Amino acid sequence: MNLVIVDYKAGNVQSVLFALERLGVQATLSSDFETIKAADKVIFPGVGEASSAMLQLKSRNLDKLLPELKQPFFGVCLGMQLLCKHSEEGDTDLLGIIPLQVKRFQTELKVPHMGWNQLEGLNSPLFAGIQEKEYVYYVHSYYVPLSEYTIAQTSYPEPFSGALQYKNFYAAQFHPEKSGPAGAQILKNFLAL
Amino acid sequence: MLTKRIIPCLDIKNGRTVKGVQFENIRDAGDPVELAKWYAEQGADELVFLDITATNEERKTFAELVRDIARHIDIPFTVGGGISAVADVEVLLHAGADKVSINSSAIKNPQLVEELARHFGSQCVTVAIDTKHKDETGWKVYTRAGTIETEHSTVDWAKRVTDLGAGEILLTSMNNDGTKAGFALGVTGEVAKAVSVPVIASGGAGTKQHFAEAFEVAHADAALAASLFHFRELSVPELKAYLKEKGVAVRI
Repeated sequence: MNLVIVDYKAGNVQSVLFALERLGVQATLSSDFETIKAADKVIFPGVGEASSAMLQLKSRNLDKLLPELKQPFFGVCLGMQLLCKHSEEGDTDLLGIIPLQVKRFQTELKVPHMGWNQLEGLNSPLFAGIQEKEYVYYVHSYYVPLSEYTIAQTSYPEPFSGALQYKNFYAAQFHPEKSGPAGAQILKNFLAL
Repeated sequence: MLTKRIIPCLDIKNGRTVKGVQFENIRDAGDPVELAKWYAEQGADELVFLDITATNEERKTFAELVRDIARHIDIPFTVGGGISAVADVEVLLHAGADKVSINSSAIKNPQLVEELARHFGSQCVTVAIDTKHKDETGWKVYTRAGTIETEHSTVDWAKRVTDLGAGEILLTSMNNDGTKAGFALGVTGEVAKAVSVPVIASGGAGTKQHFAEAFEVAHADAALAASLFHFRELSVPELKAYLKEKGVAVRI
């Protein structure tokens, strides 16, 4: 399988590469238009801040390419948020692939939402073999509200989108590459789509 | 529900775990990767690796080690020790660390916290605060491995670094550290109440009950310990089973 990880200097690329390596899968890191387009599957990682990430994508013309992709695509953490339309973080226009807004947590609880929390309402082949209320690792200050595209939810304290699916675009707010055996299973499930 | 985090801390010198580790069921107790894997399997929620080496040559060894850890463990980890610039952090994050912890360099140059948050996001910037209580001055921040008292009061400093962009506070009470008499609940509680980011309690863990107090009395979001786990006085599964029974949200 020709698996490509989108390279736009996102912070957690190495962790995603290592997680795939633990599954015995080699991936290519690329920001090249043709290489990404030719991939069987694409992973789009990300940690950091939305507006600077968008600038990085634009400088590589990836803001034009990514919405056109037809193969199974997996956005992780900031990589999920960037697929949406707009973020309150830096009042940033995003890739606009999924028609959703990204909001900042308004809660008495600690922000960032950091640590292990539970996935519920699992509703996708992405979660094959994963139990309801499984723990996964989150670290984020912005979130996507529940929507018709939500395929898993987590509460902090209100329920929000833990994962999304829109056409061929899958996305997780949590970090499968850092979520122990459950996270590894979710990555494996994506590779099997 | 978001769970409270249990964090074993490993001190690293020249690529090896130091400060005494007693393990029989892993191949090499001095090998940080072996130990990290074992803790991950035991259900540790995160790990912290502190580089206590001094020379630049040894620091390069540490960056290589971070890469090796990231390759083998599937839970998040923080690295700290000797970080004083954006370039240091870039090396460690690109090697696969999830967060960095800065301490003395934040005191020396508070703007570093802001710079790191801007470059890498608040979520990967942990500010470590060493605090000590003296009757006449209250809880003060100490620097240089706890050897020098600063003018900062602990709660004010925690608020300041949070405003600058710290995403988490690792609070170590020097009065409690090594005593096994429990965490410093008072100052931990004050800091947890004063800042909007998660707080890790550190220093003084001796029993399961101490962890329950850190979470329930001081409202810490995570608790860190080193020798207690390394010397097998308490295991992570035993601790978590106890906390769960006490009604504390933990990942089992």
